[in-house]
Amino acid sequence: MDFKFDIEGGNFSKAGTASSDVKKVLKKLNVDPKLIKRIVVSIYEAEVNVVAHAYEGEMNVSIFPEKIIVRIVDKGPGIPDIDLAMQKGYSTASPEVREMGFGAGMGLPNIKKNTNELNIKSEVGVGTEIELINYLN
Amino acid sequence: MVKVSQILDELNAQIVCGNADLNQDIDFGFASDLMSDVLTIDSDNLLLVTGLNNLQTIRTSEMSDIEYILLVRDKKTSEEMKELAEESGITIIECSYSMFRTCSLLCNMGLEPVY
Repeated sequence: MDFKFDIEGGNFSKAGTASSDVKKVLKKLNVDPKLIKRIVVSIYEAEVNVVAHAYEGEMNVSIFPEKIIVRIVDKGPGIPDIDLAMQKGYSTASPEVREMGFGAGMGLPNIKKNTNELNIKSEVGVGTEIELINYLN
Repeated sequence: MVKVSQILDELNAQIVCGNADLNQDIDFGFASDLMSDVLTIDSDNLLLVTGLNNLQTIRTSEMSDIEYILLVRDKKTSEEMKELAEESGITIIECSYSMFRTCSLLCNMGLEPVY
């Protein structure tokens, strides 16, 4: 089962709509609520990252009997140093993003905490692709 | 553990949206204006105490399964926030006390910290 959601860069009034839609789908499928929370917290963090840093992006959700794979691909500045970006407290967020309650350098570490597998690919000046895999059992 | 009705009485607070059960018990409290912090909390049945009044406060609560938000420092709920909160089954409570005074009172009433 596959779903695709668009993400608009820079538009904080819409940030979270894709993650909210995914949450509704997972609830309808009777996925364990604790797992739903882990998944939607991590994809919401990723969605906010796209809104905060990129021009546009999309979220692709694939649901299998044993796992859920979410791929979030954006067109944006990319991440020059992924290891540095994974460190708690490191952030390049703008003051506007901080005013919204984000940009404290906690997003990527929290995504990692809430996923079974996290894969990040990024090219400077092109964009970033992150893949989050959560197993259902 | 604190009842919703106790929060309203002790903090001189008002519910501005949501269908709250006044007899419902809430176990934990967490106070922050940083939504990144809120997203790291694993506890259920939690009251979010915040002075951040924007849509992302509601979105963060939706993702974190938080059903009660207490806005302090006399921060007001916008119509957009109300709509999104109603849609997500979230109750918003407003009070004019400072974050410090609010947390102090909630702690004395028996609301537990998450860590």
